[in-house]
Amino acid sequence: MAATNHLDFIMAAYATGAAVILGLIAWVVFDYRAQRRTLADLEQRGFARRSEPMRPEPAIERAKQDA
Amino acid sequence: MALIDLANPSRFLTLANRAIPWLAGATVLAFAFGLNQAMIAPEDYQQGATVRIMFLHVPAAWLSMLAWGVMTIASLGTLVWRHPLADVTAKAAAPIGAAFALMCLITGSLWGRPMWGTYWVWDARLTSVLVLFLLYLGVIAVWRTVEDPARAGRGAAILTIVGAIDLPIIKFSVDWWNTLHQPASVLRLGGPTIHPAILTPLLIMAGAFTLLFATLLLAAMRNEILRRRVRTLRLMQARAVT
Repeated sequence: MAATNHLDFIMAAYATGAAVILGLIAWVVFDYRAQRRTLADLEQRGFARRSEPMRPEPAIERAKQDA
Repeated sequence: MALIDLANPSRFLTLANRAIPWLAGATVLAFAFGLNQAMIAPEDYQQGATVRIMFLHVPAAWLSMLAWGVMTIASLGTLVWRHPLADVTAKAAAPIGAAFALMCLITGSLWGRPMWGTYWVWDARLTSVLVLFLLYLGVIAVWRTVEDPARAGRGAAILTIVGAIDLPIIKFSVDWWNTLHQPASVLRLGGPTIHPAILTPLLIMAGAFTLLFATLLLAAMRNEILRRRVRTLRLMQARAVT
């Protein structure tokens, strides 16, 4: 059987495998960065979980005073 | 650290932060060794060089089923024990399992065209794997459409446990029905029917895929815990404004 003729199918399969695996890695890495960035932003604005002290958010405090 | 300590998401994050770099390193080494062995493995007497597609296709198939198995156990944890990390595990595993199922379907088609003369046939094994892929999409859709994580977790858990019936159907489809797909040749009672020169790289690649799954699952679970913290802080922010 001239199996070497099927090199294009073998390469396509490995390209698919690489694309799927790299896609999964990119998904977890970019998602991790996005969540860390959002958490840091919220904490910088004074919001923290129950276990951590909560700082008042300046923008919200100003809005309350204006109201 | 006792196993029960992992129920605490903060302790789990500490463990995940320590384990992920080691698991990632082990995954890279396992893939480097596995791919090397896969490339130098002899050609099959019938399939020729296309047997190399099996080094991706078979581990992807196994992992797509393992991921659903993990989700099923986690779903029991959600519904029965209400373990705090159970639905985090189930949600994190779903896209990874879906990706492996997709990889299994595509690489199988790319092997089928030169070997069977067709990319697709509605045989029991292929169809049941396609059903598994669609079930993954269903679970992901439940998570994305129901806003409350607790409600979404219960809905996804029920779908996952019901969908687990597809796992034995996939495994035994080649025995129960006449299929174009070959019968089991590795995980069978009489032992593997594959020559060790091909079986060894296949098992090394399966190990590499399993390490990849463990790494991605831990990383995705860490992301999900952080996402829930973001949600909590946003709710606090909304309450502070009103």
